Amino acid sequence: MSELTSKTIAELREGFRAGDHSAREIAEAFNAAVVAGRSLNAYTVETPELALAAADAADAARAAGELKPLSGIPLGIKDLFATEGTDSTAGSNILKGFKPTYESRVSANLKAAGAGMLGKLNMDEFAMGSSNETSAYGPVISPWRRNDGWNAALTPGGSSGGSAAAVAAGLAPGVTGTDTGGSIRQPAAFTGISGIKPTYGRCSRWGIVSFASSLDQAGPMARTVLDCAIMLEAMAGFDPRDATSLNLPVPQWEAGLSSDLRGKKVGIPKEYRIDGVPAEINAIWDQGIEWLKDAGAEVVEISLPHTKYALPTYYIIAPAEASSNLARYDGVRYGLRETGVKTLDDMYAATRSAGFGAEVKRRVMIGTYVLSAGYYDAYFTKAQKVRTLIKRDFAQAFAGCDLILTPTAPSAAFGLQEKTADPIAMYLNDVFAVPASLAGLPAMSVPGGLDSQGLPLGLHLIGRELDEQGVLNAGLAIEERAGFTARPEKWW
Amino acid sequence: MARGRPASRATMSVNAEQVRHVAKLARIAMSDAEVEAMVPEFNNILHWVEQLAEVDTDGVEPLTAVIENHLRLRDDVVDDGNCRDDILKNAPDAQHGFFAVPKVIE
Repeated sequence: MSELTSKTIAELREGFRAGDHSAREIAEAFNAAVVAGRSLNAYTVETPELALAAADAADAARAAGELKPLSGIPLGIKDLFATEGTDSTAGSNILKGFKPTYESRVSANLKAAGAGMLGKLNMDEFAMGSSNETSAYGPVISPWRRNDGWNAALTPGGSSGGSAAAVAAGLAPGVTGTDTGGSIRQPAAFTGISGIKPTYGRCSRWGIVSFASSLDQAGPMARTVLDCAIMLEAMAGFDPRDATSLNLPVPQWEAGLSSDLRGKKVGIPKEYRIDGVPAEINAIWDQGIEWLKDAGAEVVEISLPHTKYALPTYYIIAPAEASSNLARYDGVRYGLRETGVKTLDDMYAATRSAGFGAEVKRRVMIGTYVLSAGYYDAYFTKAQKVRTLIKRDFAQAFAGCDLILTPTAPSAAFGLQEKTADPIAMYLNDVFAVPASLAGLPAMSVPGGLDSQGLPLGLHLIGRELDEQGVLNAGLAIEERAGFTARPEKWW
Repeated sequence: MARGRPASRATMSVNAEQVRHVAKLARIAMSDAEVEAMVPEFNNILHWVEQLAEVDTDGVEPLTAVIENHLRLRDDVVDDGNCRDDILKNAPDAQHGFFAVPKVIE
Protein backbone atom coordinates (compact mmCIF):
# COMPACT_ATOMS: atom_id res chain seq x y z
CA MET A 1 0.00 0.00 0.00
CA SER A 2 1.50 3.31 -1.01
CA GLU A 3 2.01 5.96 1.61
CA LEU A 4 -0.96 8.04 0.45
CA THR A 5 -3.45 5.16 0.49
CA SER A 6 -2.62 4.38 4.11
CA LYS A 7 -3.62 7.89 5.24
CA THR A 8 -6.91 8.97 6.77
CA ILE A 9 -9.18 11.59 5.21
CA ALA A 10 -8.05 14.14 7.81
CA GLU A 11 -4.38 13.42 7.03
CA LEU A 12 -4.93 13.60 3.28
CA ARG A 13 -6.82 16.87 3.66
CA GLU A 14 -4.07 18.37 5.80
CA GLY A 15 -1.32 17.23 3.45
CA PHE A 16 -3.21 18.52 0.44
CA ARG A 17 -3.85 21.92 2.03
CA ALA A 18 -0.23 22.19 3.16
CA GLY A 19 0.96 21.40 -0.36
CA ASP A 20 2.69 18.14 0.59
CA HIS A 21 0.85 16.38 -2.23
CA SER A 22 -1.55 17.34 -4.97
CA ALA A 23 -5.11 16.10 -5.27
CA ARG A 24 -4.06 14.43 -8.52
CA GLU A 25 -1.38 12.45 -6.68
CA ILE A 26 -3.97 11.29 -4.15
CA ALA A 27 -6.46 10.29 -6.86
CA GLU A 28 -3.80 8.46 -8.87
CA ALA A 29 -2.67 6.53 -5.79
CA PHE A 30 -6.20 5.39 -5.00
CA ASN A 31 -7.05 4.67 -8.64
CA ALA A 32 -4.02 2.37 -8.74
CA ALA A 33 -5.06 0.71 -5.46
CA VAL A 34 -8.55 0.08 -6.86
CA VAL A 35 -7.08 -1.73 -9.87
CA ALA A 36 -4.62 -3.68 -7.71
CA GLY A 37 -7.49 -4.70 -5.41
CA ARG A 38 -9.81 -6.15 -8.06
CA SER A 39 -9.56 -9.65 -6.58
CA LEU A 40 -11.52 -8.37 -3.56
CA ASN A 41 -14.49 -7.62 -5.86
CA ALA A 42 -15.19 -4.46 -3.83
CA TYR A 43 -16.02 -2.20 -6.78
CA THR A 44 -18.73 -2.87 -9.35
CA VAL A 45 -17.71 0.11 -11.50
CA GLU A 46 -14.39 1.96 -11.50
CA THR A 47 -14.47 5.65 -12.40
CA PRO A 48 -10.82 6.76 -12.37
CA GLU A 49 -11.60 9.58 -14.80
CA LEU A 50 -14.15 11.08 -12.39
CA ALA A 51 -11.68 10.88 -9.51
CA LEU A 52 -9.03 12.62 -11.64
CA ALA A 53 -11.41 15.32 -12.87
CA ALA A 54 -12.43 16.17 -9.28
CA ALA A 55 -8.75 16.12 -8.29
CA ASP A 56 -7.80 18.54 -11.04
CA ALA A 57 -10.64 20.82 -9.96
CA ALA A 58 -9.38 20.58 -6.36
CA ASP A 59 -5.84 21.43 -7.41
CA ALA A 60 -7.16 24.45 -9.33
CA ALA A 61 -9.27 25.47 -6.33
CA ARG A 62 -6.24 25.26 -4.07
CA ALA A 63 -4.26 27.45 -6.46
CA ALA A 64 -7.13 29.93 -6.45
CA GLY A 65 -7.48 29.80 -2.67
CA GLU A 66 -11.03 28.42 -2.87
CA LEU A 67 -10.85 25.17 -0.93
CA LYS A 68 -13.99 23.20 -0.12
CA PRO A 69 -14.40 20.87 2.87
CA LEU A 70 -13.54 17.70 0.92
CA SER A 71 -11.35 19.16 -1.84
CA GLY A 72 -8.74 16.61 -2.82
CA ILE A 73 -10.50 13.61 -1.26
CA PRO A 74 -11.61 10.74 -3.51
CA LEU A 75 -14.39 8.51 -2.15
CA GLY A 76 -16.14 5.26 -3.01
CA ILE A 77 -19.93 5.36 -3.39
CA LYS A 78 -22.13 2.39 -2.56
CA ASP A 79 -23.99 1.11 -5.61
CA LEU A 80 -27.32 1.92 -3.91
CA PHE A 81 -26.79 5.64 -4.64
CA ALA A 82 -27.91 6.98 -8.00
CA THR A 83 -24.91 8.59 -9.69
CA GLU A 84 -25.49 10.60 -12.82
CA GLY A 85 -24.18 8.84 -15.92
CA THR A 86 -22.60 5.99 -13.94
CA ASP A 87 -24.22 2.55 -13.58
CA SER A 88 -26.31 2.36 -10.42
CA THR A 89 -27.67 -1.13 -9.95
CA ALA A 90 -28.17 -1.79 -6.23
CA GLY A 91 -26.22 -5.00 -6.77
CA SER A 92 -29.12 -6.42 -8.81
CA ASN A 93 -29.48 -7.91 -12.26
CA ILE A 94 -32.82 -6.18 -12.60
CA LEU A 95 -31.01 -2.80 -12.74
CA LYS A 96 -28.03 -3.92 -14.86
CA GLY A 97 -27.06 -1.08 -17.16
CA PHE A 98 -29.20 1.55 -15.39
CA LYS A 99 -27.48 4.92 -15.79
CA PRO A 100 -29.36 7.56 -13.79
CA THR A 101 -29.89 10.96 -15.36
CA TYR A 102 -29.70 12.49 -11.87
CA GLU A 103 -27.48 12.38 -8.78
CA SER A 104 -28.57 11.28 -5.29
CA ARG A 105 -28.72 14.12 -2.78
CA VAL A 106 -26.05 12.61 -0.52
CA SER A 107 -23.53 11.96 -3.30
CA ALA A 108 -24.34 15.38 -4.79
CA ASN A 109 -23.59 16.93 -1.39
CA LEU A 110 -20.24 15.12 -1.26
CA LYS A 111 -19.35 16.23 -4.79
CA ALA A 112 -20.40 19.80 -4.02
CA ALA A 113 -18.04 19.62 -1.03
CA GLY A 114 -15.21 18.88 -3.46
CA ALA A 115 -14.96 15.08 -3.21
CA GLY A 116 -14.23 12.88 -6.22
CA MET A 117 -15.66 9.44 -6.98
CA LEU A 118 -13.39 6.40 -7.35
CA GLY A 119 -16.23 4.08 -8.34
CA LYS A 120 -19.34 2.25 -7.20
CA LEU A 121 -19.14 -0.27 -4.40
CA ASN A 122 -20.47 -3.81 -4.36
CA MET A 123 -23.27 -4.68 -1.95
CA ASP A 124 -25.91 -7.25 -1.16
CA GLU A 125 -28.71 -7.09 -3.73
CA PHE A 126 -31.01 -4.17 -2.80
CA ALA A 127 -29.09 -4.08 0.52
CA MET A 128 -30.77 -7.34 1.57
CA GLY A 129 -28.10 -9.38 3.24
CA SER A 130 -25.45 -9.43 5.94
CA SER A 131 -22.55 -11.00 4.04
CA ASN A 132 -22.52 -9.45 0.54
CA GLU A 133 -23.27 -12.89 -0.86
CA THR A 134 -26.59 -11.88 -2.40
CA SER A 135 -24.94 -9.46 -4.85
CA ALA A 136 -25.49 -10.10 -8.54
CA TYR A 137 -21.78 -9.31 -8.95
CA GLY A 138 -20.73 -12.08 -6.58
CA PRO A 139 -19.49 -11.71 -3.02
CA VAL A 140 -16.88 -9.24 -1.86
CA ILE A 141 -13.87 -10.95 -0.30
CA SER A 142 -12.72 -9.44 2.97
CA PRO A 143 -9.09 -8.30 3.00
CA TRP A 144 -8.91 -9.91 6.45
CA ARG A 145 -7.96 -13.56 6.95
CA ARG A 146 -7.95 -15.75 10.01
CA ASN A 147 -4.51 -16.40 11.48
CA ASP A 148 -4.95 -20.18 11.17
CA GLY A 149 -3.00 -20.41 7.92
CA TRP A 150 -5.96 -21.76 5.90
CA ASN A 151 -6.69 -18.50 4.06
CA ALA A 152 -10.43 -19.18 3.95
CA ALA A 153 -12.31 -16.41 2.13
CA LEU A 154 -14.20 -14.37 4.71
CA THR A 155 -17.15 -12.04 4.32
CA PRO A 156 -16.64 -8.31 4.88
CA GLY A 157 -20.22 -8.26 6.18
CA GLY A 158 -23.15 -6.62 4.49
CA SER A 159 -24.94 -5.07 3.02
CA SER A 160 -22.25 -2.36 2.66
CA GLY A 161 -19.57 -5.04 2.16
CA GLY A 162 -17.79 -3.46 -0.80
CA SER A 163 -17.69 -0.19 1.13
CA ALA A 164 -16.15 -1.84 4.19
CA ALA A 165 -13.61 -3.90 2.24
CA ALA A 166 -12.54 -0.86 0.21
CA VAL A 167 -11.72 1.18 3.31
CA ALA A 168 -10.05 -1.72 5.14
CA ALA A 169 -7.87 -2.54 2.12
CA GLY A 170 -6.93 1.07 1.34
CA LEU A 171 -8.97 1.20 -1.89
CA ALA A 172 -10.68 4.40 -0.66
CA PRO A 173 -10.06 6.66 2.32
CA GLY A 174 -13.79 6.91 2.99
CA VAL A 175 -17.02 5.62 1.49
CA THR A 176 -20.76 5.96 1.69
CA GLY A 177 -22.81 3.18 3.19
CA THR A 178 -26.48 2.74 3.92
CA ASP A 179 -27.97 1.12 6.98
CA THR A 180 -31.46 -0.38 7.13
CA GLY A 181 -30.84 -2.89 9.92
CA GLY A 182 -27.08 -2.80 10.52
CA SER A 183 -25.69 -2.53 6.99
CA ILE A 184 -23.12 0.14 7.93
CA ARG A 185 -22.27 -1.04 11.42
CA GLN A 186 -21.89 -4.81 11.01
CA PRO A 187 -19.50 -4.56 8.00
CA ALA A 188 -17.55 -1.82 9.78
CA ALA A 189 -17.14 -4.17 12.76
CA PHE A 190 -16.13 -7.11 10.53
CA THR A 191 -13.39 -5.10 8.80
CA GLY A 192 -11.91 -3.06 11.65
CA ILE A 193 -13.17 0.36 10.52
CA SER A 194 -15.65 2.95 11.83
CA GLY A 195 -19.11 3.71 10.52
CA ILE A 196 -22.07 5.74 11.72
CA LYS A 197 -25.76 5.58 10.92
CA PRO A 198 -27.15 9.02 11.81
CA THR A 199 -30.64 9.74 13.11
CA TYR A 200 -33.33 8.79 10.60
CA GLY A 201 -33.93 11.88 8.48
CA ARG A 202 -30.48 13.46 8.80
CA CYS A 203 -29.36 12.28 5.37
CA SER A 204 -31.71 12.62 2.45
CA ARG A 205 -32.95 9.35 0.97
CA TRP A 206 -33.57 11.06 -2.38
CA GLY A 207 -31.77 9.13 -5.11
CA ILE A 208 -30.95 6.16 -2.87
CA VAL A 209 -32.59 2.99 -4.18
CA SER A 210 -35.33 2.29 -1.63
CA PHE A 211 -35.33 -0.91 0.40
CA ALA A 212 -37.36 -0.18 3.56
CA SER A 213 -38.18 3.49 3.58
CA SER A 214 -38.91 3.88 7.31
CA LEU A 215 -35.49 2.39 8.15
CA ASP A 216 -33.07 3.33 5.33
CA GLN A 217 -30.39 5.87 6.29
CA ALA A 218 -27.12 6.79 4.62
CA GLY A 219 -23.92 7.27 6.57
CA PRO A 220 -20.14 7.34 6.21
CA MET A 221 -17.61 4.55 6.74
CA ALA A 222 -13.96 5.41 7.23
CA ARG A 223 -10.89 4.50 9.22
CA THR A 224 -11.41 6.92 12.10
CA VAL A 225 -14.15 8.63 14.07
CA LEU A 226 -12.80 12.01 12.94
CA ASP A 227 -13.13 10.95 9.30
CA CYS A 228 -16.71 9.84 9.90
CA ALA A 229 -17.51 13.24 11.44
CA ILE A 230 -15.94 15.06 8.47
CA MET A 231 -17.89 13.00 5.93
CA LEU A 232 -21.21 13.03 7.77
CA GLU A 233 -21.12 16.81 7.97
CA ALA A 234 -20.89 16.93 4.17
CA MET A 235 -23.53 14.23 3.59
CA ALA A 236 -26.28 15.41 5.94
CA GLY A 237 -28.74 18.24 5.50
CA PHE A 238 -32.35 19.08 4.78
CA ASP A 239 -33.72 18.09 1.41
CA PRO A 240 -37.24 19.11 0.36
CA ARG A 241 -37.31 16.16 -2.06
CA ASP A 242 -37.39 13.66 0.83
CA ALA A 243 -40.62 13.93 2.82
CA THR A 244 -38.93 12.47 5.92
CA SER A 245 -35.85 14.72 5.73
CA LEU A 246 -35.35 16.67 8.96
CA ASN A 247 -35.40 20.42 8.48
CA LEU A 248 -32.61 21.12 10.95
CA PRO A 249 -29.19 22.74 10.60
CA VAL A 250 -26.25 20.34 10.28
CA PRO A 251 -24.20 20.45 13.49
CA GLN A 252 -20.46 21.01 13.34
CA TRP A 253 -19.63 17.49 14.41
CA GLU A 254 -15.95 17.71 13.56
CA ALA A 255 -15.40 20.86 15.63
CA GLY A 256 -17.49 19.40 18.43
CA LEU A 257 -15.43 16.22 18.85
CA SER A 258 -14.28 15.62 22.42
CA SER A 259 -13.36 12.36 24.12
CA ASP A 260 -13.93 13.82 27.58
CA LEU A 261 -16.97 11.90 28.83
CA ARG A 262 -17.11 13.32 32.35
CA GLY A 263 -20.71 13.82 33.37
CA LYS A 264 -22.00 11.31 30.80
CA LYS A 265 -23.89 8.18 31.77
CA VAL A 266 -23.48 5.10 29.62
CA GLY A 267 -26.17 2.44 29.79
CA ILE A 268 -25.39 -1.26 29.47
CA PRO A 269 -28.54 -3.12 28.42
CA LYS A 270 -28.82 -6.38 30.31
CA GLU A 271 -30.92 -7.98 27.55
CA TYR A 272 -27.95 -7.80 25.16
CA ARG A 273 -26.13 -10.48 27.17
CA ILE A 274 -27.54 -13.27 25.05
CA ASP A 275 -26.85 -17.00 25.09
CA GLY A 276 -24.53 -18.45 22.52
CA VAL A 277 -22.46 -15.33 21.97
CA PRO A 278 -18.71 -16.10 22.02
CA ALA A 279 -16.91 -15.16 25.24
CA GLU A 280 -14.60 -12.90 23.25
CA ILE A 281 -17.54 -10.70 22.26
CA ASN A 282 -18.53 -10.21 25.89
CA ALA A 283 -14.88 -9.65 26.83
CA ILE A 284 -14.47 -6.82 24.31
CA TRP A 285 -17.75 -5.36 25.56
CA ASP A 286 -16.42 -5.39 29.14
CA GLN A 287 -13.21 -3.80 27.88
CA GLY A 288 -15.29 -1.06 26.19
CA ILE A 289 -17.05 -0.38 29.49
CA GLU A 290 -13.65 0.12 31.17
CA TRP A 291 -12.50 2.46 28.40
CA LEU A 292 -15.61 4.62 28.75
CA LYS A 293 -15.16 4.74 32.54
CA ASP A 294 -11.56 5.77 31.95
CA ALA A 295 -12.85 8.62 29.75
CA GLY A 296 -14.90 9.86 32.69
CA ALA A 297 -18.28 8.28 32.02
CA GLU A 298 -20.45 6.70 34.65
CA VAL A 299 -21.71 3.26 33.68
CA VAL A 300 -25.20 2.10 34.64
CA GLU A 301 -27.18 -1.04 33.90
CA ILE A 302 -30.32 -0.43 31.88
CA SER A 303 -33.17 -2.55 30.57
CA LEU A 304 -34.54 -2.68 27.03
CA PRO A 305 -37.21 -5.33 27.68
CA HIS A 306 -38.41 -5.84 24.09
CA THR A 307 -34.94 -6.45 22.64
CA LYS A 308 -35.64 -10.09 21.75
CA TYR A 309 -38.58 -9.05 19.59
CA ALA A 310 -36.62 -6.53 17.52
CA LEU A 311 -35.42 -8.98 14.86
CA PRO A 312 -38.80 -10.61 14.19
CA THR A 313 -40.36 -7.13 14.12
CA TYR A 314 -37.76 -6.03 11.60
CA TYR A 315 -38.32 -9.13 9.45
CA ILE A 316 -41.96 -8.21 9.07
CA ILE A 317 -41.60 -4.46 8.56
CA ALA A 318 -38.56 -4.44 6.27
CA PRO A 319 -39.89 -7.09 3.83
CA ALA A 320 -43.32 -5.41 3.84
CA GLU A 321 -41.80 -2.08 2.84
CA ALA A 322 -39.50 -3.82 0.37
CA SER A 323 -42.35 -5.63 -1.36
CA SER A 324 -44.00 -2.26 -1.88
CA ASN A 325 -40.84 -0.41 -2.95
CA LEU A 326 -39.70 -3.15 -5.32
CA ALA A 327 -43.04 -3.22 -7.13
CA ARG A 328 -41.55 -0.55 -9.41
CA TYR A 329 -39.24 -3.07 -11.09
CA ASP A 330 -41.65 -4.13 -13.79
CA GLY A 331 -39.52 -4.13 -16.94
CA VAL A 332 -41.23 -1.02 -18.29
CA ARG A 333 -39.39 2.08 -17.16
CA TYR A 334 -35.81 0.97 -16.55
CA GLY A 335 -33.63 -2.06 -16.12
CA LEU A 336 -34.19 -5.59 -17.32
CA ARG A 337 -37.12 -6.68 -19.47
CA GLU A 338 -37.77 -10.31 -20.26
CA THR A 339 -39.22 -10.66 -23.73
CA GLY A 340 -40.64 -13.73 -25.40
CA VAL A 341 -43.80 -13.82 -23.30
CA LYS A 342 -47.18 -12.88 -24.66
CA THR A 343 -48.99 -10.73 -22.11
CA LEU A 344 -48.06 -7.69 -20.05
CA ASP A 345 -48.70 -9.62 -16.83
CA ASP A 346 -46.42 -12.44 -17.95
CA MET A 347 -43.77 -9.88 -18.87
CA TYR A 348 -43.84 -8.45 -15.33
CA ALA A 349 -43.59 -11.88 -13.72
CA ALA A 350 -40.89 -13.17 -16.06
CA THR A 351 -38.83 -9.99 -15.66
CA ARG A 352 -39.00 -10.08 -11.87
CA SER A 353 -38.27 -13.80 -11.79
CA ALA A 354 -35.17 -13.36 -13.95
CA GLY A 355 -34.00 -10.09 -12.39
CA PHE A 356 -34.32 -10.72 -8.66
CA GLY A 357 -32.06 -13.07 -6.72
CA ALA A 358 -33.23 -15.66 -4.20
CA GLU A 359 -33.03 -13.49 -1.05
CA VAL A 360 -34.84 -10.59 -2.70
CA LYS A 361 -37.60 -12.92 -3.92
CA ARG A 362 -37.88 -14.43 -0.44
CA ARG A 363 -38.30 -11.00 1.17
CA VAL A 364 -40.69 -9.67 -1.46
CA MET A 365 -42.80 -12.81 -0.98
CA ILE A 366 -42.78 -12.54 2.83
CA GLY A 367 -43.60 -8.85 2.54
CA THR A 368 -46.44 -9.50 0.12
CA TYR A 369 -47.83 -12.15 2.46
CA VAL A 370 -47.75 -10.04 5.64
CA LEU A 371 -49.47 -7.18 3.82
CA SER A 372 -52.13 -9.33 2.20
CA ALA A 373 -55.79 -9.25 3.15
CA GLY A 374 -56.50 -11.29 6.26
CA TYR A 375 -52.91 -11.20 7.47
CA TYR A 376 -52.15 -7.48 7.58
CA ASP A 377 -53.26 -6.96 11.19
CA ALA A 378 -51.80 -10.20 12.51
CA TYR A 379 -48.37 -9.47 11.12
CA PHE A 380 -47.81 -5.91 9.94
CA THR A 381 -49.93 -3.97 12.43
CA LYS A 382 -48.70 -6.21 15.25
CA ALA A 383 -45.08 -5.52 14.25
CA GLN A 384 -45.70 -1.77 14.15
CA LYS A 385 -47.16 -1.97 17.66
CA VAL A 386 -44.12 -3.86 18.93
CA ARG A 387 -41.97 -1.25 17.16
CA THR A 388 -43.71 1.40 19.29
CA LEU A 389 -42.75 -0.60 22.40
CA ILE A 390 -39.13 -0.92 21.24
CA LYS A 391 -38.95 2.82 20.68
CA ARG A 392 -40.52 3.38 24.11
CA ASP A 393 -37.87 1.10 25.68
CA PHE A 394 -35.15 3.40 24.37
CA ALA A 395 -36.98 6.55 25.50
CA GLN A 396 -37.30 5.12 29.01
CA ALA A 397 -33.65 4.02 29.06
CA PHE A 398 -32.46 7.44 27.93
CA ALA A 399 -34.23 8.99 30.91
CA GLY A 400 -31.41 7.45 32.95
CA CYS A 401 -28.42 7.52 30.59
CA ASP A 402 -26.96 9.49 27.68
CA LEU A 403 -25.57 6.69 25.56
CA ILE A 404 -25.78 2.92 25.22
CA LEU A 405 -22.82 0.59 24.66
CA THR A 406 -23.18 -2.90 23.18
CA PRO A 407 -21.18 -5.18 20.89
CA THR A 408 -21.84 -4.45 17.19
CA ALA A 409 -22.27 -8.05 16.06
CA PRO A 410 -22.58 -11.41 17.82
CA SER A 411 -19.46 -12.81 16.10
CA ALA A 412 -16.40 -11.86 14.11
CA ALA A 413 -16.49 -12.16 10.32
CA PHE A 414 -17.49 -15.63 9.12
CA GLY A 415 -16.51 -17.58 6.04
CA LEU A 416 -18.30 -17.28 2.72
CA GLN A 417 -21.12 -19.85 2.42
CA GLU A 418 -21.03 -20.64 6.14
CA LYS A 419 -24.48 -19.14 6.73
CA THR A 420 -26.15 -19.03 3.33
CA ALA A 421 -28.18 -22.20 3.88
CA ASP A 422 -30.15 -20.80 6.82
CA PRO A 423 -31.76 -17.37 6.33
CA ILE A 424 -32.58 -16.96 10.03
CA ALA A 425 -28.98 -17.70 11.11
CA MET A 426 -27.93 -14.96 8.69
CA TYR A 427 -30.56 -12.56 10.06
CA LEU A 428 -29.23 -13.07 13.63
CA ASN A 429 -26.06 -11.19 12.64
CA ASP A 430 -27.94 -7.97 13.13
CA VAL A 431 -29.40 -8.79 16.56
CA PHE A 432 -27.56 -5.88 18.24
CA ALA A 433 -27.91 -3.43 15.33
CA VAL A 434 -31.60 -3.70 14.45
CA PRO A 435 -33.21 -2.19 17.58
CA ALA A 436 -31.57 1.23 16.96
CA SER A 437 -32.75 1.08 13.35
CA LEU A 438 -36.34 0.41 14.39
CA ALA A 439 -36.15 3.42 16.74
CA GLY A 440 -34.41 5.68 14.17
CA LEU A 441 -31.54 6.40 16.56
CA PRO A 442 -27.97 7.39 15.69
CA ALA A 443 -25.58 4.48 16.17
CA MET A 444 -21.95 3.80 15.38
CA SER A 445 -19.47 0.93 15.29
CA VAL A 446 -15.82 1.49 16.18
CA PRO A 447 -13.07 -1.14 16.29
CA GLY A 448 -12.46 -2.59 19.74
CA GLY A 449 -9.72 -5.12 19.08
CA LEU A 450 -8.89 -8.45 17.48
CA ASP A 451 -10.18 -11.86 18.50
CA SER A 452 -8.00 -14.94 18.95
CA GLN A 453 -8.27 -15.64 15.21
CA GLY A 454 -6.85 -12.22 14.44
CA LEU A 455 -10.18 -10.79 13.24
CA PRO A 456 -11.61 -7.38 14.21
CA LEU A 457 -14.45 -6.98 16.71
CA GLY A 458 -16.57 -3.85 16.91
CA LEU A 459 -18.12 -1.87 19.73
CA HIS A 460 -21.50 -0.27 19.16
CA LEU A 461 -22.74 3.04 20.55
CA ILE A 462 -26.37 4.13 20.39
CA GLY A 463 -27.40 7.71 21.13
CA ARG A 464 -30.52 9.75 21.70
CA GLU A 465 -32.18 10.95 18.54
CA LEU A 466 -30.19 13.82 16.96
CA ASP A 467 -27.26 13.19 19.33
CA GLU A 468 -24.71 12.11 16.72
CA GLN A 469 -22.21 14.24 18.62
CA GLY A 470 -22.54 12.14 21.77
CA VAL A 471 -22.12 8.95 19.74
CA LEU A 472 -19.07 10.29 17.89
CA ASN A 473 -17.49 11.54 21.12
CA ALA A 474 -17.86 8.20 22.87
CA GLY A 475 -16.56 6.52 19.72
CA LEU A 476 -13.52 8.78 19.86
CA ALA A 477 -12.96 7.92 23.53
CA ILE A 478 -12.93 4.22 22.64
CA GLU A 479 -10.74 4.79 19.58
CA GLU A 480 -8.12 6.65 21.64
CA ARG A 481 -8.00 3.86 24.22
CA ALA A 482 -8.30 0.84 21.94
CA GLY A 483 -5.25 1.92 19.95
CA PHE A 484 -6.55 -0.20 17.08
CA THR A 485 -3.87 -0.01 14.40
CA ALA A 486 -4.16 -3.52 12.96
CA ARG A 487 -4.52 -3.69 9.18
CA PRO A 488 -5.04 -6.75 7.03
CA GLU A 489 -1.81 -8.08 5.59
CA LYS A 490 -1.81 -7.40 1.85
CA TRP A 491 -2.33 -10.67 -0.08
CA TRP A 492 -4.42 -9.38 -2.98
CA MET B 1 -55.54 -13.68 0.72
CA ALA B 2 -58.70 -15.14 2.08
CA ARG B 3 -57.82 -18.80 1.81
CA GLY B 4 -55.59 -19.09 4.87
CA ARG B 5 -56.72 -20.06 8.33
CA PRO B 6 -58.02 -17.24 10.55
CA ALA B 7 -55.43 -14.56 11.17
CA SER B 8 -55.78 -14.71 14.93
CA ARG B 9 -54.42 -18.25 15.21
CA ALA B 10 -51.05 -18.45 16.93
CA THR B 11 -49.40 -20.59 14.28
CA MET B 12 -50.11 -20.18 10.63
CA SER B 13 -48.45 -22.10 7.90
CA VAL B 14 -48.60 -21.95 4.16
CA ASN B 15 -48.75 -24.71 1.58
CA ALA B 16 -47.60 -24.78 -2.04
CA GLU B 17 -50.89 -23.44 -3.31
CA GLN B 18 -50.67 -20.42 -1.03
CA VAL B 19 -47.05 -19.76 -1.96
CA ARG B 20 -48.10 -19.86 -5.61
CA HIS B 21 -50.81 -17.33 -4.84
CA VAL B 22 -48.35 -14.99 -3.05
CA ALA B 23 -45.96 -15.30 -6.00
CA LYS B 24 -48.79 -14.28 -8.30
CA LEU B 25 -49.60 -11.25 -6.11
CA ALA B 26 -45.90 -10.34 -6.10
CA ARG B 27 -45.65 -10.83 -9.89
CA ILE B 28 -42.77 -13.29 -9.61
CA ALA B 29 -42.90 -16.27 -11.95
CA MET B 30 -41.94 -19.45 -10.08
CA SER B 31 -41.48 -23.00 -11.25
CA ASP B 32 -43.09 -25.83 -9.28
CA ALA B 33 -39.64 -26.75 -7.93
CA GLU B 34 -39.08 -23.18 -6.72
CA VAL B 35 -42.48 -23.14 -5.05
CA GLU B 36 -41.78 -26.45 -3.31
CA ALA B 37 -38.41 -25.15 -2.08
CA MET B 38 -39.99 -21.93 -0.86
CA VAL B 39 -42.68 -23.60 1.30
CA PRO B 40 -40.43 -24.72 4.20
CA GLU B 41 -38.36 -21.51 4.06
CA PHE B 42 -41.50 -19.43 4.16
CA ASN B 43 -42.90 -21.38 7.09
CA ASN B 44 -39.64 -21.22 9.04
CA ILE B 45 -39.60 -17.45 8.75
CA LEU B 46 -43.30 -17.12 9.58
CA HIS B 47 -42.99 -19.33 12.65
CA TRP B 48 -39.97 -17.32 13.78
CA VAL B 49 -41.72 -13.95 13.46
CA GLU B 50 -44.84 -15.30 15.14
CA GLN B 51 -43.08 -15.04 18.52
CA LEU B 52 -44.45 -11.48 18.45
CA ALA B 53 -47.78 -13.00 19.48
CA GLU B 54 -46.32 -13.26 23.02
CA VAL B 55 -46.06 -9.48 23.31
CA ASP B 56 -48.96 -7.73 24.99
CA THR B 57 -49.81 -4.85 22.66
CA ASP B 58 -53.26 -4.04 24.00
CA GLY B 59 -53.74 -0.29 23.88
CA VAL B 60 -50.48 0.26 21.99
CA GLU B 61 -50.67 2.40 18.88
CA PRO B 62 -48.79 1.15 15.82
CA LEU B 63 -45.75 3.29 15.07
CA THR B 64 -46.28 5.68 12.20
CA ALA B 65 -43.32 8.10 12.36
CA VAL B 66 -39.94 6.86 13.53
CA ILE B 67 -38.74 10.39 14.30
CA GLU B 68 -41.36 13.07 15.00
CA ASN B 69 -41.67 15.19 11.91
CA HIS B 70 -44.49 17.10 10.35
CA LEU B 71 -45.50 16.74 6.75
CA ARG B 72 -44.60 19.84 4.85
CA LEU B 73 -46.75 21.54 2.28
CA ARG B 74 -45.17 23.22 -0.69
CA ASP B 75 -46.54 25.95 -2.87
CA ASP B 76 -48.90 24.57 -5.49
CA VAL B 77 -46.77 25.52 -8.45
CA VAL B 78 -45.01 23.54 -11.14
CA ASP B 79 -41.35 23.21 -10.13
CA ASP B 80 -40.24 20.29 -12.26
CA GLY B 81 -40.89 18.82 -15.67
CA ASN B 82 -39.92 19.10 -19.32
CA CYS B 83 -37.65 16.09 -18.87
CA ARG B 84 -39.45 13.45 -20.94
CA ASP B 85 -36.31 12.27 -22.67
CA ASP B 86 -34.47 11.88 -19.36
CA ILE B 87 -37.33 9.78 -18.02
CA LEU B 88 -37.39 7.55 -21.11
CA LYS B 89 -33.63 7.25 -21.35
CA ASN B 90 -33.37 3.98 -19.41
CA ALA B 91 -36.52 2.39 -20.79
CA PRO B 92 -36.05 -1.10 -22.28
CA ASP B 93 -38.42 -0.03 -25.07
CA ALA B 94 -39.40 3.60 -25.69
CA GLN B 95 -41.33 4.56 -28.83
CA HIS B 96 -42.63 7.94 -29.98
CA GLY B 97 -41.98 9.49 -26.58
CA PHE B 98 -43.76 6.74 -24.66
CA PHE B 99 -42.92 3.59 -22.73
CA ALA B 100 -43.80 0.66 -24.96
CA VAL B 101 -45.24 -2.57 -23.53
CA PRO B 102 -46.67 -5.81 -24.96
CA LYS B 103 -50.12 -5.36 -26.44
CA VAL B 104 -52.78 -5.32 -23.71
CA ILE B 105 -55.96 -5.27 -25.82
CA GLU B 106 -56.23 -7.56 -28.83
